[in-house]
Amino acid sequence: MRAIITVIGQDRIGIIARVTGILAQCRVNVLDISQTILQEFFTMTMLTDLAAMEISLEELSAKLKEAGDEMGLSIRVQHEDLFRSMHRI
Amino acid sequence: MKQNEILETIRMIEQQKLDIRTITLGISLRGCAGDDADTVCGRIYDTITARAENLTRVSHAIETEYGVPIINRRVSVTPIALVADALDLDGFLKVAQTLDKAAKAVGVDFLGGYSALVHKGFARGDDTLLTALPEALSTTDRVCASINVATTRAGINMDAVARMGRIIKDTAERSADRDGIGCAKLVTFANVPEDNPFMAGAFHGIGEPECVVNVGISGPGAVKSALESVRGEPFDIVAETVKKTAFKITRMGQLVAREASRRLGVPFGIVDLSLAPTPAVGDSVAHILEEMGVEVCGAPGTTAALALLNDAVKKGGVMASGHVGGLSGAFIPVSEDEGMIAAVKRGALSLNKLEAMTAVCSVGLDMIAVPGDTSAETLSALIADEMAIGVVNGKTTAVRVIPAPGKQAGDRVAFGGLLGEAPVMEVSEFGSADLIKRGGRIPAPIHSLRN
Repeated sequence: MRAIITVIGQDRIGIIARVTGILAQCRVNVLDISQTILQEFFTMTMLTDLAAMEISLEELSAKLKEAGDEMGLSIRVQHEDLFRSMHRI
Repeated sequence: MKQNEILETIRMIEQQKLDIRTITLGISLRGCAGDDADTVCGRIYDTITARAENLTRVSHAIETEYGVPIINRRVSVTPIALVADALDLDGFLKVAQTLDKAAKAVGVDFLGGYSALVHKGFARGDDTLLTALPEALSTTDRVCASINVATTRAGINMDAVARMGRIIKDTAERSADRDGIGCAKLVTFANVPEDNPFMAGAFHGIGEPECVVNVGISGPGAVKSALESVRGEPFDIVAETVKKTAFKITRMGQLVAREASRRLGVPFGIVDLSLAPTPAVGDSVAHILEEMGVEVCGAPGTTAALALLNDAVKKGGVMASGHVGGLSGAFIPVSEDEGMIAAVKRGALSLNKLEAMTAVCSVGLDMIAVPGDTSAETLSALIADEMAIGVVNGKTTAVRVIPAPGKQAGDRVAFGGLLGEAPVMEVSEFGSADLIKRGGRIPAPIHSLRN
């Protein structure tokens, strides 16, 4: 499945490195990244492919949440279809 | 996908409390009928626990995968008056206990279908079920009951209306220690839909398949937030904005419904396009109406604003889902809506205004606490008025009213959880006993000469 990972929070050094590090470790392939600073908030959305992932979605979410909590970020993993169905006819 | 679209969805879920209100599994219990109570109860328990075995697991899996909160899982069943028709009063009470036990076993917070359709009269099972209601509702936690007493084609069964007043009084008194909470699980309907996933009025209609998945969506917060961006604009733009938001919300509901249907191996029934408030801050239908420009919900103009909202939600939602049904529209349950509660406390929202609002919205007089000394006849007369609105306008209306024992107008009742809390509302001091005493049926209205 393809998932959208969103990372939102206070900007600081090393956010992308930390998040993509976890993804690489879990064998999640990043297909596309978009990152901006929106109203002083670091905002990153990533399109990822979880086909080769060796752990469950819950475990991935938990790992990312743990890293997010440490860095003061909100990190979510959600099936791509949610966004497609809401914004595309 | 564009980043702003992704972030819009995240905002809707995180800040505006957008959620799937309920995945409701409709289960036919027609095969459970019999003339021995223990046999019937055994079959009912086995059928529900087998069919709904995976409901909680599947719901949690979808919630995790899509990151969409799914607040409730529920079960609706064939009206028990049909299933238990051959049983006596004791048998009906056993069935209520069995349904409660089955609901707990499969992990659903409410199970609907302790119901009867009596708009033209009482069959044997209907009569027994109505007699059983006060005890059944006050000795179970999760069983919900609904009685359809009127339809546009049949008119209003005033004998049933009279009985419902007495049943509501009795039920409230039996749950007096909890502010009459038994009545929060009892709805009196006109034109009841057979595929409604929302409680307390859900049941699995006789035209439904063996088993079906219905999904109820919500999202008053998302609509309110969208309207904040069009402040001062004309109503054409307000309507368009509500439609677009309703479309997005419903698409999410459709996605969840389709996935739940696939994973449970059960056909998809409908998405119910409802704006269902909760007591949570920011999840209020009243605040949408206030955003449209009334100072407080209940002020003149509230009915017009609600009419637009109700219609635009349907228009936006219909295109987003394969099948739409249930109650579909805006709900105005007083105790479950922070803004409605505040409006009542400020003296802006009266029972009379709520009655007018029910003529243009999805349901009816919902979750309204009235003084404990309100007579059964007055409760019946409130029901009769509401049924008349539904019957004449060809829409669903309902009454879920709680005569809170020992409470006066202005006091407060608290039911906890989704049922919320409410100020006790003032009821007319003038009686209607002679009207209710007449009984009989109010004939169905004519469908031409519409004025």
